[in-house]
Amino acid sequence: MSKDILKLTCRGLRDSIAKGETKSSDAVSAVFAQIEEHDAKIGAFISTFKEEALKKAKEIDEKISKGKPVGSLAGVPIAVKDNMCTTFGTTTCASKILENFRSPYNATVIEKLLAADAVIIGKTNLDEFAMGSSTENSGLKKTVNPRDPSRVPGGSSGGSAAAVAAKMCFAALGSDTGGSIRQPASFCGVAGLKPTYGRVSRYGLVAYGSSLDQIGPLAQNVADCALLLNVIAGHDEKDSTSIDEKTAPIVNWLEKIDQPAAGLKIAVVPQLFEGADSEVVNAIKGAIEVYKRNGAEVIEIKMPHFEYAIAAYYLIATAEASSNLARYDGVHYGYRTKNPADYVEVYSKSRNEAFGQEVKRRIMLGTYALSSGYYDAYYLKALKVRNLIRGDFTAAFERADCIIMPTSPTTAFKIGEKTADPLQMYLSDVYTIAVNLAGVPAISIPCGFDKNNLPIGLQIIASTFQEEKLLRIARMFEREIK
Amino acid sequence: MEQRKNMGQKKIDIEQVKQVAKLARLALSEAEIAQFATQLSAILEYVEKLNRLDTADVEPLAHCLPINNCLREDRMKPSLGTEKTLANAPQKDEQFFLVPKILEEPGGF
Repeated sequence: MSKDILKLTCRGLRDSIAKGETKSSDAVSAVFAQIEEHDAKIGAFISTFKEEALKKAKEIDEKISKGKPVGSLAGVPIAVKDNMCTTFGTTTCASKILENFRSPYNATVIEKLLAADAVIIGKTNLDEFAMGSSTENSGLKKTVNPRDPSRVPGGSSGGSAAAVAAKMCFAALGSDTGGSIRQPASFCGVAGLKPTYGRVSRYGLVAYGSSLDQIGPLAQNVADCALLLNVIAGHDEKDSTSIDEKTAPIVNWLEKIDQPAAGLKIAVVPQLFEGADSEVVNAIKGAIEVYKRNGAEVIEIKMPHFEYAIAAYYLIATAEASSNLARYDGVHYGYRTKNPADYVEVYSKSRNEAFGQEVKRRIMLGTYALSSGYYDAYYLKALKVRNLIRGDFTAAFERADCIIMPTSPTTAFKIGEKTADPLQMYLSDVYTIAVNLAGVPAISIPCGFDKNNLPIGLQIIASTFQEEKLLRIARMFEREIK
Repeated sequence: MEQRKNMGQKKIDIEQVKQVAKLARLALSEAEIAQFATQLSAILEYVEKLNRLDTADVEPLAHCLPINNCLREDRMKPSLGTEKTLANAPQKDEQFFLVPKILEEPGGF
């Protein structure tokens, strides 16, 4: 019985619960059975809320049995990345500095999930403060790829991707600053959507790179991403960077999902295929053929500034991080060093003792890029190049509806393979980072497997606030291969 | 990858790393300082590739959205309050965050 529930998609479960065919409490029990069986090995969750989740599920079951109205995710077990503030449990960001932090408020996305009657079952592991591409930078625990425990799940939303892939939840939220939703989705063989910058409120998302961060869903398929986006999108007066709904109207994305994009024009960038593994390139080319067979026109374009994205990103994101992480001072919340000699040591020792290596490295790089004498050469230069990169996207979307490329140059790599050389780890984000610099929406969906049976991700990128088109395009492919 | 020029010479030396660590309020160990000098130099060398682009006539782009200033009415709204604000403090009394003494003499204001 419980195994059958796990075969349902998020939407399927939602519909089944709403009709009274499946009980939310059975769905919650089923995912906790999965967690208890597999998570000791996979390590996707930092914390879980079994008792509370079962209680909430029973309340929803009761509401439904009495015919009372319920929300659009009623009774569905959802996981959230542990950098989103919740008044229940802890919000750790997988950092020792916040290990025991209890948020006094909920992030807006959490309020929206709760308003939709979703059941939040736990909080997932990540690279500390979302800084990383493999979840190996977590200061609290290790997460492995459910498909091959010797490999990373990707990152930084590795816990969310692993939890979805291992059916330890029906969908999850992640955050994406340079690929942190799409790349782990690709590595774990699930769908992951980064909405347009400003589409989803970041109030209560612990800040990393504020001009880049965006929250989005990871789920079994495109429709489930649309369902989650329906719940979390929208203007929020508490986040001044969330876009007004006149500029970016809210759509029922799920309702539109099965309409193929008519007269679809796809752009590909041949130069970008050079850096990827041949099996990845072949899978992407195969996907492009599927679109062609379905009537799409494919054009080849150049994006001359794309190759500068990693360099620009690691200056901009780290500069923003060095400023955002200044708040961890050992005074107001979080870890404080024992026996500081003076007040300066409260800051400098607390921070040094509790931040991990990658977080320190990025704070150092960002502080350097912003420091007097280097600001123009590094930070300002990077912002100018960012404008050029955005220009590449603007030009592309004048000619095509979307751009297609790999999500990652490789499939999931081995644990420990890239930890010794930070630059090598950064280079693994080559296809995802430019999207954040331009602020446009993108999705990663599974499009095949390599010889080791590891999933390959297809990345589809659309223009600003074109999530509807993006999801419909993604669904066209998904429908063909399933 | 980029060819690494000036292999012997680091983009950022030990003294600079120490200065940046001071600015960032990170009490790095000697081993970390040495490691960061090497790693940050490699990263800075990589980002030098940006200099291949002529950006003399390009505006910096700090933000991707067509939003400028967001104004709201200046009205009082509920805030967290003392108890919730202090709830996560490493050291506190009933009203304040506690820190080591900053000024040696009392009444030093």
